[in-house]
Amino acid sequence: MSLERIKEKLNILADAAKYDVSCSSSGSKRTNTNKGLGDSSGMGICHSYTEDGRCVSLLKILMTNYCIFDCAYCVTRKSNDIKRAAFKIQEVVDLTINFYRRNYIEGLFLSSGIFKSPDYTMERLVAVSKKLRLEENFNGYIHLKSIPGASDELMYEAGLYADRLSVNIEIPTISGLKLLAPDKKHEDFTKPMLKVKNEIIQFKSERKIIKSTPKFAPAGQSTQMIIGATGESDKDIMYSATHYYKNYNMKRVYYSGYVPVANDKRLPSIGTQVPMLRENRLYQTDWLLRFYGFQVQEILNNEHPNLDIDIDPKLGWALRNLEYFPIDINTADKQLLARIPGLGMKSVHKIISARRFRKLNWEHLKKIGVALNRAKYFVICDSARWEHRDLEAEKIKGMILQNSSGKFRKEYSTQLSLFA
Amino acid sequence: MNDSKTFIYDGSFNGFLTAVFIAFEEKVHVADIQKNSVSQNGLFSDTETIFTSIEKAKRVWNGIQAKSSSAIKNIYFAYLSETKGIELLLYRYIRKLFASERSIHSDYSDGIVLKISQLAKSVGREKHRMEAFVRFQLTQDEVYFANIEPDFDVLPLISKHFRSRYADQQWIIYDVKRKYGLFYDLQRVEIISLDSQEIHTNSIRKSDTFSGEEYDYQDLWNNYFKSTNIKSRINRKLHAQHVPKRYWKYLSEKKEAV
Repeated sequence: MSLERIKEKLNILADAAKYDVSCSSSGSKRTNTNKGLGDSSGMGICHSYTEDGRCVSLLKILMTNYCIFDCAYCVTRKSNDIKRAAFKIQEVVDLTINFYRRNYIEGLFLSSGIFKSPDYTMERLVAVSKKLRLEENFNGYIHLKSIPGASDELMYEAGLYADRLSVNIEIPTISGLKLLAPDKKHEDFTKPMLKVKNEIIQFKSERKIIKSTPKFAPAGQSTQMIIGATGESDKDIMYSATHYYKNYNMKRVYYSGYVPVANDKRLPSIGTQVPMLRENRLYQTDWLLRFYGFQVQEILNNEHPNLDIDIDPKLGWALRNLEYFPIDINTADKQLLARIPGLGMKSVHKIISARRFRKLNWEHLKKIGVALNRAKYFVICDSARWEHRDLEAEKIKGMILQNSSGKFRKEYSTQLSLFA
Repeated sequence: MNDSKTFIYDGSFNGFLTAVFIAFEEKVHVADIQKNSVSQNGLFSDTETIFTSIEKAKRVWNGIQAKSSSAIKNIYFAYLSETKGIELLLYRYIRKLFASERSIHSDYSDGIVLKISQLAKSVGREKHRMEAFVRFQLTQDEVYFANIEPDFDVLPLISKHFRSRYADQQWIIYDVKRKYGLFYDLQRVEIISLDSQEIHTNSIRKSDTFSGEEYDYQDLWNNYFKSTNIKSRINRKLHAQHVPKRYWKYLSEKKEAV
């Protein structure tokens, strides 16, 4: 096959795969023990970044963009008039190996449009990963899509070769799914998720007894939701995410601001701005839930169904709950420190280590890297100078915004004039 | 000031550790520790030339390691930063370490400790960048070859990563700034230096050194890089923050931008 033809296929099938945001290559435990190619036991590596600033870690492509479904939000939907192409199994294997050998990538992310049937499609994905593992001795990272509706047997086989499996739930609510993807059932998505979850649990318990139990999707599974395609609130999105973290042991839920790809009256029109700031706030919330000990109900509830756009969700929470503050940097425990606006978990750990040696003052906190612009209204430390005034939430917010220059500032500068 | 001394060593890490050993042994006030290539006589201090002793160096290494394994890592990483005056800073850090009952590597409100930990972090970041930004090009004689020009001397730190990853191919990673490289011959990694003056950036101009197939794959990779970009989300500032311009000339996907 000619270089030009492969190039054309690669362009079409990479272009179609790029809306899948996951590019994680960490969390696996596949070491190079057979003097083969590759090792994915370390941390993930971003080998490059696209001009939109996203990490390029994996060769992210579709097996084909032919699809029997017609989901409104999807660029490869049946009714869309675009160029179609399909890779042969060997072509994907060759690209992966040759890119990997040159240190371009950490591995392969393989998804696909659904052609003929879910099982037929899943079989092709499994065939690629099987060939990479067994014939090419490849120990790099493989992320396979679980095709909605694929059989349990195929999902089991996929887990033997892949490091991570994922099904994209795409639409956070069942009603939204009915509206935009009428041919798909909610159960089609959750069934393979459940299978993978149960296999991972079983693997972990068998591993305890028989050391040589073959690995099953060691980097776990993930899913993705599109943000801003239907009218769901941040609360809908984050409650749904919490559901998947809890009930399917997801490693990650990704949030993808909807990039308009169709003129469809059910969806934002082409040219509508991608809701990148909202996406950012959702990721911040996701982090608060996974690493900072917050419960989703504390941040989003019926009174506050949407996140603040102009301030980060932790600051938003703090301003609504001023009774918890000020917190003493030198005595508070980890959970409390983690709730102070302007303190990341790295700063929290540094503070806990450093305060064993001496009491910390403003100067120390600044050097450690705490964002004092936000934190100073919420903490006391080894200094007489601290914010004694009983300020109201709105006042604090105004002062913080006045003294900061957030990267998204231009997007909400109109709101800022309120505090000027 | 009569017992203050400047130590001159050969520029190797073991040489530096030997100097530390001798400073402790002689109980002198250390005015400075300098590489022989850059040494300057101090006005008020004697100089002493250090002869590197692996055995003495090892004793210092083991002594530090026994105190704290985080500290030994910080010391080695910070040393590789090649920052001016790093030796004296590290010497003070090591003194602090031995003077204290507790492990001081996490005493972040101490100026020296924080500085060393920040330098170590910078070097760690550069190590990680090189693991990401090395771009091998396949030569006619079947060796995967890459030139790099890192901010810090990170080759010793990335050797293991590439050895375990590319166990079944021959490769060379060559630091053009420091004029030495690593060569893996399918068995072990050796340190090499090359006579060739030619620096192989990833340029649009093709070189006979590399196989024809090599340029096909670079072409495919560049195409992939463009196709995977989402134009409506363009953010060049973020792009340049993650892939600083000084690395572009070695990245095949950026060769048109250079």
